[in-house]
Amino acid sequence: MQKPIVVVGAGQAAASFISRHKALAAKGIGNNEPLILVGEEPVAPYQRPPLSKAYISGELERERLFIKPQEWYPNQGIKTLYETQVESIDRDLKQIKTSRGEALNYGKLVLCTGSSPLSLPPSIGGELAGVFTLRNIADVETIAPELVSGRKLLIIGGGYIGLEAAAVARKFGLKVTLIEMADRILKRVAAPQTSDFFRELHQQYDVNVRESTQLLRLTESNGRVSGAELANGEVLDANLVLVGIGGRPNDQLAEQAGLDCDNGIAVNHICQTSDPAIFAAGDCTSFIRQGQRTRLESVQNAADQGDLIARVLAGEELSYDPLPWFWSDQYDCKLQIAGLNVGYTKTVVRPGSKPGGQSVWYYADEKLLAVDAMNDTMAYALGRKMIGAGLHPTPAQIADPDVDLKALSKK
Amino acid sequence: MAKITWKTEDGKVISADVKDGLNLMEAAIENDVPNVDGDCGGCLSCATCHVFVDEAWFEKAGELDDIEDTMLEMTDVERRDNSRLSCQLIASPELDGLVLYVPEP
Repeated sequence: MQKPIVVVGAGQAAASFISRHKALAAKGIGNNEPLILVGEEPVAPYQRPPLSKAYISGELERERLFIKPQEWYPNQGIKTLYETQVESIDRDLKQIKTSRGEALNYGKLVLCTGSSPLSLPPSIGGELAGVFTLRNIADVETIAPELVSGRKLLIIGGGYIGLEAAAVARKFGLKVTLIEMADRILKRVAAPQTSDFFRELHQQYDVNVRESTQLLRLTESNGRVSGAELANGEVLDANLVLVGIGGRPNDQLAEQAGLDCDNGIAVNHICQTSDPAIFAAGDCTSFIRQGQRTRLESVQNAADQGDLIARVLAGEELSYDPLPWFWSDQYDCKLQIAGLNVGYTKTVVRPGSKPGGQSVWYYADEKLLAVDAMNDTMAYALGRKMIGAGLHPTPAQIADPDVDLKALSKK
Repeated sequence: MAKITWKTEDGKVISADVKDGLNLMEAAIENDVPNVDGDCGGCLSCATCHVFVDEAWFEKAGELDDIEDTMLEMTDVERRDNSRLSCQLIASPELDGLVLYVPEP
């Protein structure tokens, strides 16, 4: 009787791993080890991106969030342990202990524990009623009833979560103020031109975007948040606060077990941790990309790492070398990103193929690294193609709207 | 309603009645069709919902726009003349009886 593969964490990476494992097993590839899926939420793996977009806005029904229908897992003979946390890993015994007091033996362990949103410290009001972070279905179900027209929402953090939430809140008629500590929104991930585009977009929808604005503390009235005091002494009113200040990898279990961690669970080119029987995928991992240790918070990374682990365990020789891609929806605007702009030295802005669109192309000297496409899916698709094919059109060519991108994308 | 049939290279056949308006990527996932994913949720960003349309149905399946055409360059399995991204195929009475082939990675 084979030892099972135990998957810890039931999100995108887990779903992709399991899906590939089962697909290979159906073709007689690999060892078809039994699977156990342990997740702390009460449901099967689901898509997170819609939580701050179509799900919170009410446009997507809950059932459509699931990556595979909930019944797929038991139908496939997968043992699922939901609302269960893994408390420790005994690497010598190859056993994990769960919060339900169960000890589970594993042949291989796949850690897909994801990331958690950073909170404000309790000392500045982080735990007051009316202060939210947004990561899970349960968070949406708590926040959604609060999205009432006319109420004042304060968003802390000008990253994707904050901006997407601002767009949804405006749709529901709330008054929205967004504060960002850095001198521009999206500073962590994008060039100034992309920040400019989104600042303008949100301002068009009457979001009060306050950059270079530092929070001192949240104010309180009867145990509930009433607003915020800024570092400059200004006081803002708010009925509810959404905190979108970033995420931290859930590597605590791995760290406790003595696995190497460095901005997440450190994995090698086959997503293996410092213990050869333990693999990791998704938001919780860091891996080497082009010589640099990198952590990617995206569906692409979770899906592709999960998929790769299944193939590796089934005997394939692979090396994780992703083409990162990402998207964000705000109002009617679609942002699509291909590549990773880390280390860029130059940007080029190309007018969109349609009005209201544009793309920002990132270069390290003459090497094309990435593209941010706003309402310009052709630029995204062609940019992604070029980056994948190792093509490097010159900045001058990209900047010139009369130069055809399609022609540039052909070798 | 449209009856949609998916066929895999190893002989599996899955048929389902799909409600009008649902895209065939979601329908594939709902009906446990292997190797068809929807990583980007259906917004032409990922190319993981690649299928081959039975030649008899290719024209009826409608026209490919530029974006889908370009994204089809990025599928795991190399595209063919009858390739489509199933998130762009929407169930309707016109597609009743449609046959799709699932790419084998």
